Amino acid sequence: MTVLAATNLSIALGGRSLVRDVTLELAAHDRVGLIGESGSGKSLTAQALLGLLPDGMRATGRIVIDGRDYLEAPDRAWRRVRGSTVSMVFQEPLTALDPLMPVGRQIAGPLRLHHGLNRADAQAQALEWCRRVHLPDPERIVRALPHQISGGQRQRVAVAMALACRPRVLIADEPTTALDVTVQKQILALLDELIEETGVALLFISHDLPVVAGLARTLLVMRSGEVVESGPTDDVLRRPKSSYGRELVASAREVTRLASPPAVVTPGAAGTERGDA
Amino acid sequence: MSVPTLESTAVEAGPTPGVRTRRGVRSPAFVAGVVVVGAILALALVSLIWTPYGLDQASPGARLSGPSALHWAGTDRLGRDQFTQLMLGAWTAVWVGFSSVVVASVIGVPLGLVAAAAGRMVDDAIAGLIDIVIAFPTLLLAMLLVTVYGASTGVAVTAIGIGLSAEVARLTRISASRVFTQDFVLAARTCGTRPVMILVRHVLPNIWHTLVVQATLAFGIAVVAEASLSYLGLGTPPPAPSWGRMLQEAQATVSVAPWNVVLPGLAVAATVIGVNLLGDGLRELLDPQLRERSRQGADR
Repeated sequence: MTVLAATNLSIALGGRSLVRDVTLELAAHDRVGLIGESGSGKSLTAQALLGLLPDGMRATGRIVIDGRDYLEAPDRAWRRVRGSTVSMVFQEPLTALDPLMPVGRQIAGPLRLHHGLNRADAQAQALEWCRRVHLPDPERIVRALPHQISGGQRQRVAVAMALACRPRVLIADEPTTALDVTVQKQILALLDELIEETGVALLFISHDLPVVAGLARTLLVMRSGEVVESGPTDDVLRRPKSSYGRELVASAREVTRLASPPAVVTPGAAGTERGDA
Repeated sequence: MSVPTLESTAVEAGPTPGVRTRRGVRSPAFVAGVVVVGAILALALVSLIWTPYGLDQASPGARLSGPSALHWAGTDRLGRDQFTQLMLGAWTAVWVGFSSVVVASVIGVPLGLVAAAAGRMVDDAIAGLIDIVIAFPTLLLAMLLVTVYGASTGVAVTAIGIGLSAEVARLTRISASRVFTQDFVLAARTCGTRPVMILVRHVLPNIWHTLVVQATLAFGIAVVAEASLSYLGLGTPPPAPSWGRMLQEAQATVSVAPWNVVLPGLAVAATVIGVNLLGDGLRELLDPQLRERSRQGADR
């Protein structure tokens, strides 16, 4: 059953159109990749899906969550959806976490808000989530401040925070762009695992085709605010229809070819020791 | 930021030695500030239970005498003990300074937070209001209030508090709007956190150290303002003592008894300098970066 559907979603700032006619649908277990270059409107689309467009921007079209159109809904209605039905992971985990609040409290925040848990129960669940995202020494990490843990660990915390209230849609806005390649792989593996476990629908936004291709089953390619191509990941990769799609695939292939000699990838060097992120 | 490829432990290894010493040794300026402000606070508090002489107790035989064993700071033209007046004046200064800062914070902080949190229109309106209050001389405001309500310490506190509130509001607005643009506020919003809760949980904890330093400095400004108002007869009315009025009363006899002008003047200057040193020290002490590191050091 569809949880979130955007129909002909357009975003404009003043008279300037930034995103035009984006249509996408997310049901449980869906994995949609949204790919495009910087400034193509991917992040704006994501923000619109949470009703968090910057001041002055206006969205038109339809955003239906659980059968209700939220496009013109008041902030009060949106707040009940955010975090509990649709939640988000950001690009830069350092700035996405409050620098002065222990990470345990940050994970517990949405739980207290949406599930009405008391402080102790929320903290216990936060600790549980630290385990589920494979943070080493969770008892210590819940008390740590964001700058005291590593970048990969911070992103795990952000994932825990986003999934804590068991949302049914997870929007990941370039969640691995700020991380180096090995940590990136670990975070992708973690997302893969948690998505399988929880059945949350994923909207994965990135400009990095190989990263998206590894996780998404459906791809949307955006350019200059428009969806230029969409379809199952395999189709888009094998038979890109648009010229931009072909460019993307070709350039990604080039990178892959560079890295293809098998000797370069040593098994065990990346991805296996997840807790070390 | 860059992340090292292979990171090993849960929490970063201990603080560098430099950070630890930073925590132990405070700057001499901060220590000086604490000492000066502490001394003035002590004088003010002691004056509540003991002064060398009564405020109205005059020794007609010893008018305008210089500092001596009997009168540590000399006497004024009526033969009243100056040290007694300095002590009681310290209490007035501390009380007025503190109350003015409270008034300024109660008005300024919410105003700044609302400006930062609300939309463009409200923000512009509050920013304009702040500019008007900053441009409006506090002295003129005090004179207006005195004309209407008569001179009293309360009127002085109100005038100074309103004058200072503009600065407080401006700083709060700037610091808070900086926090509001941060990703973690957006992240909190994507979790469905109410705007008020974002203010309480995320914005205030991230700006309060700036506000405390500002409040310390505002205290110094308030002490000078109170002295100025009293000097002009717009502040604390007689017989309550005030450094400003001591200056004004001693003005006529400055050629005969210069210490009567120098000592209250020094008291005002020392308070302001002490409070500024304290503020600078607090800034270092409360800076989140340094504070976190010292806490991290304490964990170990």
